[in-house]
Amino acid sequence: MSGYAHPEALVDTAWVADHLDDPKVRIAECDEDILLYDQGHIPGAVKIDWVGELNDPIVRDYLDRERFEQLMVSKGISNDTTVVFYGDKHNWWATYALWVFKLFGHPDVRIMNGGRAKWIAEGRPLTRTVPSYPPGEYHAPERNDAAIRAFRDQVLAHIRQPGTALVDVRSPQEYTGERLHMPEYPQEGALRGGHIPTAVNIPWASAVREDSTFKSADELRELYVSKGITPDKDVIAYCRIGERSSHTWFVLTYLLGYPKVRNYDGSWTEWGNAVGLPIEK
Amino acid sequence: MPASEIPPGLPPRLRAIVEEFRAADRAEKLELLLDYSDRLPPLPEEWRSNRAAMEQVHECATPVYATVESREGGLTFHIDVAEESPTVRGYAALLREGLEGATPEMVLAIPGDFFYAMGLQHVLSPQRLNGISYLLAYLKRLAARELAKQSP
Repeated sequence: MSGYAHPEALVDTAWVADHLDDPKVRIAECDEDILLYDQGHIPGAVKIDWVGELNDPIVRDYLDRERFEQLMVSKGISNDTTVVFYGDKHNWWATYALWVFKLFGHPDVRIMNGGRAKWIAEGRPLTRTVPSYPPGEYHAPERNDAAIRAFRDQVLAHIRQPGTALVDVRSPQEYTGERLHMPEYPQEGALRGGHIPTAVNIPWASAVREDSTFKSADELRELYVSKGITPDKDVIAYCRIGERSSHTWFVLTYLLGYPKVRNYDGSWTEWGNAVGLPIEK
Repeated sequence: MPASEIPPGLPPRLRAIVEEFRAADRAEKLELLLDYSDRLPPLPEEWRSNRAAMEQVHECATPVYATVESREGGLTFHIDVAEESPTVRGYAALLREGLEGATPEMVLAIPGDFFYAMGLQHVLSPQRLNGISYLLAYLKRLAARELAKQSP
């Protein structure tokens, strides 16, 4: 993991295996398939349910400070706990959960490189036993969206500014507008196909190898820099609802050390449907 | 939030499953779904090596294959879903159980949105709901084919 800007944000499966009983560490699984954790998870891991726990049920938004604190307490997470996320699909949802934790400034968050698939491929144990931890002691600040989250109007201003970059991390077919949804996935309700003007297309999963681990720092740098996504720019990433782009946000921020990267979670399901916003095909 | 009314005319086994889910809270619904996923029987031998001859549900994010057998007592569906997709597996298993022995006409009469009566919209993302709604559409296609065979 050498060469990454913040190598401490990544741990390998062996590190996790060695810290299963470490009271300062909480392993957290966040998956696209909401039942995977229940079917079998890393011993001692807690479940983060992105539908039920991270989203606000009424407003299209994330949970507020009070509910985040309650969530942390219930998972046995304190302010000084090291939280290691892992999940299915190359850690796609794990990075999404990590990004939400960062909206509340949780200090020590990490990703288990390779995710659930690598843990299983190495024949490491899974359990259905749900752990119970003493309540955490947690004091969260108000959610701070400014640093790592972008909103629609900011994106509109962004694309007219020099020195900015916009990354569309969806599939090439979604980017060109040929498809309104991910290949193999059902249509999810965008009225128009295409992308936000000026965006370049770098599909999120190009950042990982076949075994779900991240590519080397050099390979990643080449991937993004060759498309004009350079560290001197103010970068915004988007996808469909902001989950795939949180993966790219993680790569640019922690592995390549870009200083200014935001995730536009409104993404195509907002932009592609919004009245008065331009698109490109 | 109350679930929608149970639509009339569901095959009795499916209706019982809908009622079971209806009475369950969110956590219990997830447990039920996992129970069903665990219970999905493996494909019969003759299909295991012949998935190409089965119907693939292309709209599902995960590989799903389905086929049907017509017996004296009605239809039996066989559905194959990867173990790393327990949500889809669970839904496939409950459809399989719920439709066991139904006639093609009964299967074709099931409203495509019957799962709202189970309250699954409170448990699964809209994306998942979309995906699973395709599964019933494919089973209906298989049922329609059986019906066509029966009435030349």
